[in-house]
Amino acid sequence: MPDPIAGTYDPDFSMKTDTEPSWTKRSDTTAWYDRFPWWGVILFLIWSTMLAKILFDDDYDLAWKRISPGVTLTIRSTISAFGLATALGLILGLGRTLQTDDRTNPLVRFIKISARNICRTYIEFIRGIPILPLIFTVALVIIPPLSESVGLKNKIPSEWRAIIALALIYGAYIAEIIRAGVQSVDQGQVEAGRSLGLTRGATTRSIVLPQAIRNVIPPLGNDFIAILKDTSLLSVLGVLELTQLTKQFANSSFKFREGYLVLTFIYLSLTIVLSLLLQQLEKYMTKDKTGAR
Amino acid sequence: MTTKPMITVTDLHKTFGEHIHAVRGVSLSVATGEVVVIVGPSGSGKSTVLRCMNTLETPTQGSVLVDGVELTDRDADIDAARAEMGMVFQQFNLFSHLTVLQNVTLAQRKVRAIGKAEAAAEAMRQLTRVGIPEKAGSYPRQLSGGQQQRVAIARSLAMNPKVMLFDEPTSALDPEMIKEVLDVMLELAAEGMTMIVVTHEMGFARAAADRVFFMDEGLIVESGTPEDLFDNAKEERTQDFFAKVLSH
Repeated sequence: MPDPIAGTYDPDFSMKTDTEPSWTKRSDTTAWYDRFPWWGVILFLIWSTMLAKILFDDDYDLAWKRISPGVTLTIRSTISAFGLATALGLILGLGRTLQTDDRTNPLVRFIKISARNICRTYIEFIRGIPILPLIFTVALVIIPPLSESVGLKNKIPSEWRAIIALALIYGAYIAEIIRAGVQSVDQGQVEAGRSLGLTRGATTRSIVLPQAIRNVIPPLGNDFIAILKDTSLLSVLGVLELTQLTKQFANSSFKFREGYLVLTFIYLSLTIVLSLLLQQLEKYMTKDKTGAR
Repeated sequence: MTTKPMITVTDLHKTFGEHIHAVRGVSLSVATGEVVVIVGPSGSGKSTVLRCMNTLETPTQGSVLVDGVELTDRDADIDAARAEMGMVFQQFNLFSHLTVLQNVTLAQRKVRAIGKAEAAAEAMRQLTRVGIPEKAGSYPRQLSGGQQQRVAIARSLAMNPKVMLFDEPTSALDPEMIKEVLDVMLELAAEGMTMIVVTHEMGFARAAADRVFFMDEGLIVESGTPEDLFDNAKEERTQDFFAKVLSH
């Protein structure tokens, strides 16, 4: 899993911000083949070979027919988990940045200090544990008694237990992205807002958050892709997403090579498309506001 | 000029951490309509004094009385007090995600709850006053430093403040842009705005200041009219300072 605070998922994908591809630019010291993105050609060739196999080989075609329906569930759980994780991350991330000083009303100060430390505890706790055991713990240990206590005895399908687990985990990672985004906004912007009489909250809403969003989009996109890949972990709960379907297909037909090649092909296609979309979004976000940094 | 004090600072101290004692007991009073300039070498604490006046820095000790409100009181409504005090920063600090017009309307709308059209009209009045109404739709990045600083002044003026604080407003500007900002400030001074200006622009001080304070090492060394200080300083440190900054 990529570091959620670190810049980009794949530097070569997203660092080209000019309208012209960087490899066409003239330079005195390098020839075009120094700059040409050979890696893209190689990746495309690998991808095409896989595609050809699936199109023209019956065994691969069979694997494709059995596995590809899992795409719906993979995408659905990615979007659901990402949505919930972002909401949670926003609350945790902003909670972590709550500020207090001697002027703060004592009760408010107590609440803010508590909230800040609770958020921090949660974030550090979750980030200190690998994802797989966390998924088991949330889905099998934490959710069952909770759902029972609200009268939903075992009524929560494993798909949703898995989505909640992913959301709880990625909420902690996204919280750190939000915090970094908020703290990346120049302190002078806050001072300008406060000196005009805006409250702390109004300054956050009207000035800090809108500027933080721009800084937060690239790492958030990376986490979206990371969640997509980590939905493969949901197979351990028996959720019939891509990886679980592949496991079932391979185990029953002994066509391991075909099954896992098709699975690789599907994940690779999804992540490459998402990376390209993300790159376009970043380009749009930076071009849109000339006021941006 | 009235003699009613707008800002009274008494025995102000500000320490950063344990070892930096930036302001070591400053007392000064600024009357309504008065233009006060604070000068002094870098690190003398002049900006800190200014930032304590609207409590962007919380004073470590001492009293800051603004228009009858003691800002160091725990219960003082700081936000209401700040809304009455414009502040102009060295680095302009325009809101980079908003257009010039939105920069000038934001506080009117959020703090004063003024309607959109009315706020925009007031914003255009202030932008006209600082001479750049045509930039209303631009983003700060598209403006020169001087233009940005004039927008920052307009942004403060749109709140109809009782006093304006200037924290080295021309220090980050290219030389050819300093004049356009100083012209706006001179005009404000002529219109009777209460102003406290931290600056190195001695020309502005001479032209506009009713009183000049010379600060060094966290203390006010000497104060008086520009003529008193520039030409007839009593303290040796003051004489040294002005000999250096006025020599060319």
